[in-house]
Amino acid sequence: MTNMTQILLVVGYILLAPLIGGLLDGFDRKISARMQRRVGPPLLQPFYDVIKLFSKQVIIVSRSQIFFLLSYFVLIVLTGAMFFAGTDILLCFFVMSTGATFLYFAGMVTSTPYSTMGANRELIQMLAYEPAVLLTCVGFYLAEGTFNVGEIATSKYSAIMYLPGFFIAFVFILTIKMRKSPFDLSTSHHMHQELVKGLTTEMGARNLAIFQVTEWYENVFLLGVVGLYIINKSYYSLIAVAAVILVTYFLEILIDNTSARVKADTMIKLSWGVTIFTAGINLIILMIIK
Amino acid sequence: MMEMPVVPFLIIFPVVMACLMYVARAENVRRVLAFCGAIVIMGASIVLAVQWFMNGKEVMTLYHETEVADHCILVAEILLMCVVTFLSFKYRKYWISLLSIFPTCAMVWYELAESGKNQQFLLRSNISASVAAIDPACHIYIDRLTILMCLIIGIIGGLIAIYAIGYMQGYHNHHKDVENRSHYFMMILFLFLGAMYGFVLSESLLWIDFFWELTSVCSFLLIGYTREKEAVHNSFRALWMNLFGGCALAVGIIYFAISERTVSLHVLVKMGEEGNNIATIAIALIAFAALTKAAQLPFSTWLIGAMVAPTPSSALLHSATMVKAGIYVLFRLSPAMHGTTTGTMIAFVGGFTFLITSLMAIAQSDGKKVLAFSTISNLGLMVACAGVGHPETIWAGVFLMIFHAISKSLLFQDVGATENSLHSRDVEDMHGLIYILPRLGMFMFIGIAGMFLAPFGMLISKWSALRASVDERNIILVLFIVFGSATTSLYWTKWMGKLVSHTHLTEAKMNDVTKPTEMISLSVHAVMMVLLCMLFPLLSTIYVSPLIKDMFGEAAGVLPDNILIMLVAIILLVFAVPIISFVYSRKMTFNRKGAYMNGVNTGDDRSFVDSFGERKTLWLSNHYYKDLVGSRKLMKPSQIFTLSVLIVMLVIIIGGAIV
Amino acid sequence: MANIKRSPWLLHYDGSSCNGCDIEVLACLTPVYDAERFGIMNTGDPMQADILLITGGINAQNQPTVKQLYEQMPRPKVVVAVGVCACTGGVFKECYNILGGADTTIPVDIYVPGCAARPQAIIDGIVKAVDLFQKRLEEHYAKKRGQGRNEVSANG
Repeated sequence: MTNMTQILLVVGYILLAPLIGGLLDGFDRKISARMQRRVGPPLLQPFYDVIKLFSKQVIIVSRSQIFFLLSYFVLIVLTGAMFFAGTDILLCFFVMSTGATFLYFAGMVTSTPYSTMGANRELIQMLAYEPAVLLTCVGFYLAEGTFNVGEIATSKYSAIMYLPGFFIAFVFILTIKMRKSPFDLSTSHHMHQELVKGLTTEMGARNLAIFQVTEWYENVFLLGVVGLYIINKSYYSLIAVAAVILVTYFLEILIDNTSARVKADTMIKLSWGVTIFTAGINLIILMIIK
Repeated sequence: MMEMPVVPFLIIFPVVMACLMYVARAENVRRVLAFCGAIVIMGASIVLAVQWFMNGKEVMTLYHETEVADHCILVAEILLMCVVTFLSFKYRKYWISLLSIFPTCAMVWYELAESGKNQQFLLRSNISASVAAIDPACHIYIDRLTILMCLIIGIIGGLIAIYAIGYMQGYHNHHKDVENRSHYFMMILFLFLGAMYGFVLSESLLWIDFFWELTSVCSFLLIGYTREKEAVHNSFRALWMNLFGGCALAVGIIYFAISERTVSLHVLVKMGEEGNNIATIAIALIAFAALTKAAQLPFSTWLIGAMVAPTPSSALLHSATMVKAGIYVLFRLSPAMHGTTTGTMIAFVGGFTFLITSLMAIAQSDGKKVLAFSTISNLGLMVACAGVGHPETIWAGVFLMIFHAISKSLLFQDVGATENSLHSRDVEDMHGLIYILPRLGMFMFIGIAGMFLAPFGMLISKWSALRASVDERNIILVLFIVFGSATTSLYWTKWMGKLVSHTHLTEAKMNDVTKPTEMISLSVHAVMMVLLCMLFPLLSTIYVSPLIKDMFGEAAGVLPDNILIMLVAIILLVFAVPIISFVYSRKMTFNRKGAYMNGVNTGDDRSFVDSFGERKTLWLSNHYYKDLVGSRKLMKPSQIFTLSVLIVMLVIIIGGAIV
Repeated sequence: MANIKRSPWLLHYDGSSCNGCDIEVLACLTPVYDAERFGIMNTGDPMQADILLITGGINAQNQPTVKQLYEQMPRPKVVVAVGVCACTGGVFKECYNILGGADTTIPVDIYVPGCAARPQAIIDGIVKAVDLFQKRLEEHYAKKRGQGRNEVSANG
């Protein structure tokens, strides 16, 4: 990867990721509505929401919350930027988990019931997805001999040829990472309000908007990782990348609409089980053949 | 070769200090003495490092003729045996004395009857060129690893001693029921430092064995300091486990010495690398002994029991001394363990301990217990790194050791100081610590961040441990590391979240009773922690990579340059982000609103109106999953499991080598 | 000027009602009426809400709660009283514990009558509220401009 494309990709990510993330969110809501036989909101609804949130009165419960939220925002953008710059994938995920820790602090700092409960659940979610995330990196390293995203992306064969099990595990934890049902424990998206708004309960107006935009950045980064499984040296693979990303995203929406929220311990058992079973078996086979 | 007077000074001075501590019964005199002594020890370690650097950073072998010292050590060893036997009889744990009598007698017999024949080693014809290149008669060996250990012992240990001066004062104000024997405590503390110096500087296995026993006994005396029933019980547990390891060590050493006619550690390692059967058995036994010292499963319980002692001793045991002795030995042996059954055994036990004890740490709410479990867990990772014995894993292991030493020492001292002010060391009571005891809260935050958060070094070490174990195709270890780091993050993040949460009752600051000496030690630790993170890439290139080269003859290509540069960038950014966001958020205009409590918030976010129309205070708590991952549930099965693994593996190794 | 009309988020509070109106409010969100077409979302959190939808009358016990929820909402905000009980107290008006309609406690902007109010009427009320919502934001900006830029006030 040349420096020029690196810079283009990073700038492109920083400028376009919120647009793409927002649009995907819009599609999500539209498709979900159609699955429920509703008309649904306009495609640009997520942007309307964020614009509104930015123009409302700024209210806070605790002063420090915005500080943690901003750190979360910057770190997630940094994660994505590092990823699209083609650097070390393991470092990307480390920065991402540091970002997620700051989100946890943003929930904890208010010391209020719903926010704290949501933050605690966010922590459990982190526990559930972290092994699969790290194993993803291990898988790439085994398959391509490098942690470098740029080199993985320009390899001769798509990584998924070696890593089908890792891919399944990653898509599984994607549901947790995107906070979608059945694993939307920490924020309860949509209208099921068991925990009010969980982690985001004490975030109003601008704080919520920052959280929302960060989520878009994060989703684009995560879908980028999905794409990394598919991409190879040939430019035609980009079509496959786009197709797989869209299919994966659709799958997430489908899962979201067809399942009910599970308990935290069920989530851990499921995600660890799937991780050990699919990624673990794949790992053993890969270590033998490579 | 120049003689280095600072080397014997480092071993003897702490012992002299220990005597002075015992003699100086006037509080003030002792405090001043201890303070100066600690400074001198820190200075001497730095002098050693500087002198060695000036001398061209070459490996140094010293003290070939040591008849007087050998006799002194022999006498001291017998004395040590008498102390252990006396105390075992006094507290009616008669059988424990056997664990001391047996290895000591064996050592004495060897020294008097057999050691004269050591000249035969040089006359033998079947030793290989690389073995012959090692100087077998030296007693002191100095290379980068030694210097690093000395710096850790000197600086961290010295700071802990300084901390102890103020802490013991507060401790006895707080625990009136415990007899004030601070002089005795300080004595053991200094003696311990001396023993550690001796341990890491020695090349002769006989000396190593003596200092090993000395650290075991020192830790035993420290743990039993309060003489309460629990303390006595736990101290004897620590004693028998460590003496048991000592027996394995003594057997390994004497077996090797009688067969090969040498007691040089480096000869042992070189022979092990070449696949010598006798060396293989000796290495397996010594590595097993190191597991007991590093508190790995199934021997973890002694370190958890050590929590009953006053904080400085826990800080000392967990960070600078004792457990690090086990790690040090394993690092030394690691070139010989690479790719062997012993290496597999050690890596497996270490990895397993890393995962299981980090799970147990989740269920703990006592701050010191969390720290204890996390120590064992981190040591597990280091042990696993040593067991794999790959240059990269040792690189990772050395960094883990450095970062762990500093942040654990910081955390223990901080929890101790917090306990003196807050009268509790429960993590639940530290809710909002950063608001009520800002300085201690901040230090604790830094310490915890150092243990797991990017970009602090621990994470990078995990990164390279993971990579190396993939390179080694060690599937089990990969899975242990992957799941273990997830659970590790959980208990640390949980604790950090408690620190930043707003307080339950009032935001008023508490009376911080931390003594100035304690504050000095804490601040120095925190500064070192932050500096080390920033200088981390530099440290890697100028020190740790050459260290690996010393040990393996090849440099570890651990961090490519581009990653190094990126690391620096990330480090700066991650430090900058919170600061910038903090400044930025200061300027923002806000409208404060009450927290959402279903509309029944009483107005201060700390209480609500209950269904009887009465005010009820809000109390928030973390999850602990005691029934799921509690140590009561996991400890016994995992001990039995690791013990059986160890027995089976040792039988395979020893049987395989003999047959 | 930002167009905030397209994203009204609701906070639904159930006072002393017979639950008839509440069922109708939720019916608005079902596929038949699909209020999400207009970007309307039912959020349970006053911090994130724009429109307070209140059903049922106010009694001595829920009065402070209603007041607190209203205060926790960031400005600009609009209150819609749904159903005759929320408008005036309705059939419960003479009860010993009822203080009256929602306007006895907080300023109500839109009254949606009916017993129970029909979903069409509720959606109509919300759409009216949305216009008011936009107008309040504009008024706020006009006021801010009038005051000059130095004076920082984020009030709606």
